[in-house]
Amino acid sequence: MEIETDVVSNSSGSARLRLANTDILVGIKAELGEPLCDRPNEGRLEFFVDCSANATPKFEGRGGEELASEISTFLTRAYAHPHCLDLKLLCVIPRQQSWVLYIDVLLLECGGNLHDAVSIAVKAALFNTRLPNLTVTMGEKGEAELELSDDPFDCRRLDVTNVPCVVTLNKIGHYHVVDATMQEEACTLGRILMGVTEKGTISAMKKDGCGSLHPDSIYDMMQSGKKVGETLNRHLMEQLREEEKMGRKKPQMGFLR
Amino acid sequence: MAGMELLSDEGFRIDGRRPNELRRIQCRMGVFAQADGSAYIEHGNTKVLAAVYGPHDIQGSKGRAAVHDIAFINCQYSMATFSTGERKQRPRGDRKSQEMTHHLKQTFDGAILTHLYPHSQIDIYVEVLQSDGGNYCASVNAATLALIDAGIPMKDYVCACSASFIDETPLMDINYTEESSATPQLIVSILPKSEHLVFVEMNSRLHEDQLSRVLDIAVKGCSDIYHILDRAVKEHLMEASIPLSSDT
Repeated sequence: MEIETDVVSNSSGSARLRLANTDILVGIKAELGEPLCDRPNEGRLEFFVDCSANATPKFEGRGGEELASEISTFLTRAYAHPHCLDLKLLCVIPRQQSWVLYIDVLLLECGGNLHDAVSIAVKAALFNTRLPNLTVTMGEKGEAELELSDDPFDCRRLDVTNVPCVVTLNKIGHYHVVDATMQEEACTLGRILMGVTEKGTISAMKKDGCGSLHPDSIYDMMQSGKKVGETLNRHLMEQLREEEKMGRKKPQMGFLR
Repeated sequence: MAGMELLSDEGFRIDGRRPNELRRIQCRMGVFAQADGSAYIEHGNTKVLAAVYGPHDIQGSKGRAAVHDIAFINCQYSMATFSTGERKQRPRGDRKSQEMTHHLKQTFDGAILTHLYPHSQIDIYVEVLQSDGGNYCASVNAATLALIDAGIPMKDYVCACSASFIDETPLMDINYTEESSATPQLIVSILPKSEHLVFVEMNSRLHEDQLSRVLDIAVKGCSDIYHILDRAVKEHLMEASIPLSSDT
């Protein structure tokens, strides 16, 4: 698994993940917008997944929309829990302005295990996101005025320790496997997708596929999924922190390597 | 940015280049294993990925549009939603993308030897990851490399470059800031060996006396790009042939 952050320069945060034949690019753009009516003190996340035709000609035009909406809906559900990402920190002026993070995922190559790869790349991009600091001043007529800081280093980071990663467990015969290749996915009876945080909490779960699963096997799969999820999150955070420490010395590779 | 001129008195542009300098071009072929041919190119801050599939059977509704004694070139131009300064709502399907798709198809219809593959389809998919001006040019250059990587026979490389005319000086390879100001832009793609023009587009107003100077600098830019692409192809082939030559 190869991960690199800060690949796209005109976004607030970005990451690229390469997992065998799966290639995912995530860009996050932070914009100011109105908060939702039922959550006036919180910012919001908007997920958008785009299946590029580079991956397969079937994704040309609107061919990849079904897969894209499936991935984005599951991600939205996994992130819906208030403990995952503190959305109150994204509020600027209650009921009027808040940060909206547009998380855009671009699938460049599909080689199996898409949900997991996408969630890891999204977590890395969120870790890389820098929001400029704002100062709110009251204008003459009582309306608030926002001033964005010009200094590129005067910014805020997001706390991604509780952000979940998706773990997919595929049932093949009597066993279940994690991180399946495309060939393995073609022989699965059914799969369980779980959003697992570093502490082992499950934020979302879904059963996919046309086969049926016995409750005992679902329970076993959940236990393995929790263990895998905890390890995955921990290693990912270590890797991201190490990459960040390299700072300027980090070789900017992108797609050129 | 209000006080910044596009061309300073000493002859430097906003990004520090001279009027007849290209942006830094870096490229790589064979980026993806699944596509028949793929390439990645960077023109300064503009980053484009191209993938080629084919030749294969004509698929779906394209059969009706195809002429059956030559291959059908199917293009798609798509921009990532995070590629531009302002977030783009739809990656493809809007007017501009469709126009670009059409231009790319027109360009490559004139360059690929389509009579060698009757009743078949060649797909060229271009994805813009970061947009800083010269999208069409970077797309054409990336697609050329991807077609070479896929082994599809062409008359020649297709190289594209843009040019502008500011303060009585022709500029080569304009970036987004120069594009969005009210200056004439000329976008040209050529077959380098014969210097035949495959695609020409000009926006805004340019006096016909200046046209030849601007066209010359654009064609010079294309030949410079040709040398860069050719060197990249030869390096890629050298790397690919090393394991073959070490077998006894």
